[in-house]
Amino acid sequence: MDILSLFVVIPFLTITAILLLKDTHQVRLVSALGMGLQLLMAGVLVFLYLSARHAGNTDEMLFVKDYVWFKSLNIHYAVGADGISVAMITLTSLVVFAGIFASWEVEYLRKEFFISLILLASGVFGFFISIDLFTMFLFYELAVIPMYLLIGIWGTGPKEYSAMKLTLMLMGGSALLLVGLLGIYFNSSPDGTQFTFNILEISKVVIPIDAQRIFFPLTFVGFGVLGALFPFHTWSPDGHASAPTAVSMLHAGVLMKLGGYGAFRVAIFLMPEAAHELSWIFIILTSISVIYGAFGAIAQKDLKYINAYSSVSHCGLVLFAVLMMNQTAMNGAIIQMISHGLMTALFFALIGMLYGRTHTRMIYEMGGLMKVIPFLSVCYVIAGLASLGLPGLSGFVAEMTIFVGAFQHPELFYRIVTILAVSSIVITAVYILRVVAILLLGPTTNKHFEHLPDAKWFEKISVVTLIGSVAAIGLAPYWLSSMIGTSLQPVIEKIVAINPF
Amino acid sequence: MRHELLLIAAALLVLMVEIFSDPGKKRRLSMFSIILFGAVTIAGFLPSPTGHLFGGMYLSSGTTLIMKNILNIGALLVFIQSVTWLKKDENSEKISEYFLLLISTLVGMNFMISAGHFLIFYIGIELATIPIAALSAYDRYKNKSAEAGIKLILSSALSSGILLYGLSMIYGTTGTLYFSEVAVHFSNNSLQILGFIFFFAGMAFKISIIPFHLWTADVYEGSPVNITSYLSVISKGAAVFILIIILFTVFPVIITTWQKTIFVTSILTMTVGNLFAIRQKNLKRFLAFSSISQAGYIFLGLIGGNQTGMASVIYYILVYIFSNLGAFGVVIAISNATGKENIDDYNGLYHTNPKLSLVMILALFSLAGIPPVAGFFGKFFLFTAAAQEGFYLLVLIAVLNTIISLYYYLLVVKAMFITKSETPIESFKSDFSTRFALGICIAGIVVTGFASIIFEVIRNLSFGV
Repeated sequence: MDILSLFVVIPFLTITAILLLKDTHQVRLVSALGMGLQLLMAGVLVFLYLSARHAGNTDEMLFVKDYVWFKSLNIHYAVGADGISVAMITLTSLVVFAGIFASWEVEYLRKEFFISLILLASGVFGFFISIDLFTMFLFYELAVIPMYLLIGIWGTGPKEYSAMKLTLMLMGGSALLLVGLLGIYFNSSPDGTQFTFNILEISKVVIPIDAQRIFFPLTFVGFGVLGALFPFHTWSPDGHASAPTAVSMLHAGVLMKLGGYGAFRVAIFLMPEAAHELSWIFIILTSISVIYGAFGAIAQKDLKYINAYSSVSHCGLVLFAVLMMNQTAMNGAIIQMISHGLMTALFFALIGMLYGRTHTRMIYEMGGLMKVIPFLSVCYVIAGLASLGLPGLSGFVAEMTIFVGAFQHPELFYRIVTILAVSSIVITAVYILRVVAILLLGPTTNKHFEHLPDAKWFEKISVVTLIGSVAAIGLAPYWLSSMIGTSLQPVIEKIVAINPF
Repeated sequence: MRHELLLIAAALLVLMVEIFSDPGKKRRLSMFSIILFGAVTIAGFLPSPTGHLFGGMYLSSGTTLIMKNILNIGALLVFIQSVTWLKKDENSEKISEYFLLLISTLVGMNFMISAGHFLIFYIGIELATIPIAALSAYDRYKNKSAEAGIKLILSSALSSGILLYGLSMIYGTTGTLYFSEVAVHFSNNSLQILGFIFFFAGMAFKISIIPFHLWTADVYEGSPVNITSYLSVISKGAAVFILIIILFTVFPVIITTWQKTIFVTSILTMTVGNLFAIRQKNLKRFLAFSSISQAGYIFLGLIGGNQTGMASVIYYILVYIFSNLGAFGVVIAISNATGKENIDDYNGLYHTNPKLSLVMILALFSLAGIPPVAGFFGKFFLFTAAAQEGFYLLVLIAVLNTIISLYYYLLVVKAMFITKSETPIESFKSDFSTRFALGICIAGIVVTGFASIIFEVIRNLSFGV
């Protein structure tokens, strides 16, 4: 059993174990054990990856395993990992682990909840390890249905509406993506050999430019729907707000990164010529995402909606950076994916904990909570500072790399757009600091909330894991950025061939 | 001829046993018939000689054999699901008639698929239709059932007439009715194309393609549920099989004509079927409209005219048999136990009958094309076949329609899992035959996707234009 497939096997074993349990109290323990094991495997994977690279292995993808699945259509179950996938797998394991602990007190249909959550996670892991487009698409869609059930059954507010809207819009994205993938498949062998779904093989081939012009927008928008590309981001605020805590953590933290990762790995890697030609359209759309998302967050009064719009803004920044198509910006995009993933998971976890205590998410109904629940409040402040890009935390590293990389582009259009996008830092500061002030600082405004319990042990595990990772990346980013940098080489080589600067 | 002979022998045996059995022991007849039919199905999988009979009127090849085997599996599942319903008092007098009539239609379908001559094809299609009309009127004490039977027989008589008219034009212009010879003499002149259009119209009626679908909703609603499931799956599947064989072997010359026809009809079928299904509250009508739109997706496999296309169509019918019979199986079980058939009655079903809800959700996801169940693979291969010949726009419309269909399938999921109800359907335990049939459907849905050998075998037996 190769190490990468373990990331899909362990969740399935955990689900089977949960199904066989009679006692609902043990469900949480089994889930925590399973996902803890997964986190451990991620650590082992990072270690193995770094040692392999250190030993001089310069293959594009490591730990590759390839099984022929449908011979006639050349569909394989093919897995492989490079630095970027390893980083994303680690991110997912951290967020899922934290999410299990953030859902410790779910009572209603507890077994089904944890099963759906882990099924969702397994779809995500499968996506990150696949290097065959069919397998990737299968895992991508696998994540959609548990999402509907999780939001529809365990959500709050207009949950049926949000769940349906989210599911249908994300399926819309995968619909466009399917057409794009089939287009790539049928153009993957100009010299008449068999078509292939394997990403590495397709990347060695130049897809005809006319086909690229049609299929690049389809693929990019298909992934962009998940990555909060304006104007397809509208599923996000309602979806995140209505979802239960762990689901919001997983969704904003990891699933939205599927969009960014896919846009990078499939759309831009395989069709760089069209990406270069058409990037200006999508850069305009992503900058609108960034700025509009940030402005949208200012206007919100519900904590979850603020965070949802903030996610739209930050994920838009990922797509923005990926479209700049140079080494620094792409490096920044990947770091931003990981940094924002951890940060937003942290935010949603904290909001969930606050909601569990105060039963409201409206910022004006709460106030001065710093005196009442100091541990959680300090964690919230740290999360906020990471989001607005304070040096020392991961947000700064990511955003700085992105903006420096984006500004490197010699053309005026790109530089102007970069300057506009940089303004989002200020807007982010506005909504973050405003919420911190209203929510946490000053005198306690609501008498009911004067005696709230502070963080319990499982909440502390959840939160400290994430803050630790955020700080680690912020204080010592080199290990992450070098891991990513070497893996970006093949992509950069392809792009530089088109547009050297 | 093995399949046909075995089926005829089975039918006659059922009749004999019924004549010579005591009146009180009629209920054992169902068990006997099912075991007999099971033996026939298994015997069908044994290696069979291929070739032609009656001077080329009857053709047997690997392709037709696998089609017949798939239909047998589907019919077996329908039979197993009917056992509970047949045990009811009002039906216990008519058990052997039920099996006899259904096996007769199956014989007709087998002849239709193996046809090498348009007359055998026509005899087959008539034999496949008329007994079902009698079965649609099976519930003698319900008005709707009689209405369904009359609607079915009259409209299929009209469509068969038009089909025959088309065939007569083909005969008139080519001078022969043998498939191989018609293919040679066919060309692009207008009378032949008109003949083709009438032929296509007759087939489209059987497959419930828009705009020939108007009989479907009322007949499906009025007929007993088991007959509805048979009609929606087996009858439709057999018609699709013979259509694809005839299009690829007899009419390859006018491929651009029938590609255009299929392009338009498949878009209409998917879209109208989906839009109508959204509004349905009765589950039988709901599944009827959903099966209309499924036929639209199947046409995507036809349009390419390539080997992947035929393979994906045959594969999808197999997957569709398991998924649709799974969904119908749950509807049948609940209908037998409580008589309730509306989506609103299913509110809160998960709390009282979790296993049935899980079967239903898997079947619905398979119909919608969501991984990891087999429906995803089926739909993906259909889209691949169409994309191979460059029909990307059609694929785009098809995937957008998949989203619309997901909406209405999720409405049922929402009712079962999310909506809370004061008066949910009480928990009941279904009897062995229902559980067995549902178990086979679930196994089929889960395994057929991942076990690539099934698709590979089917693909090796397919051929393109």
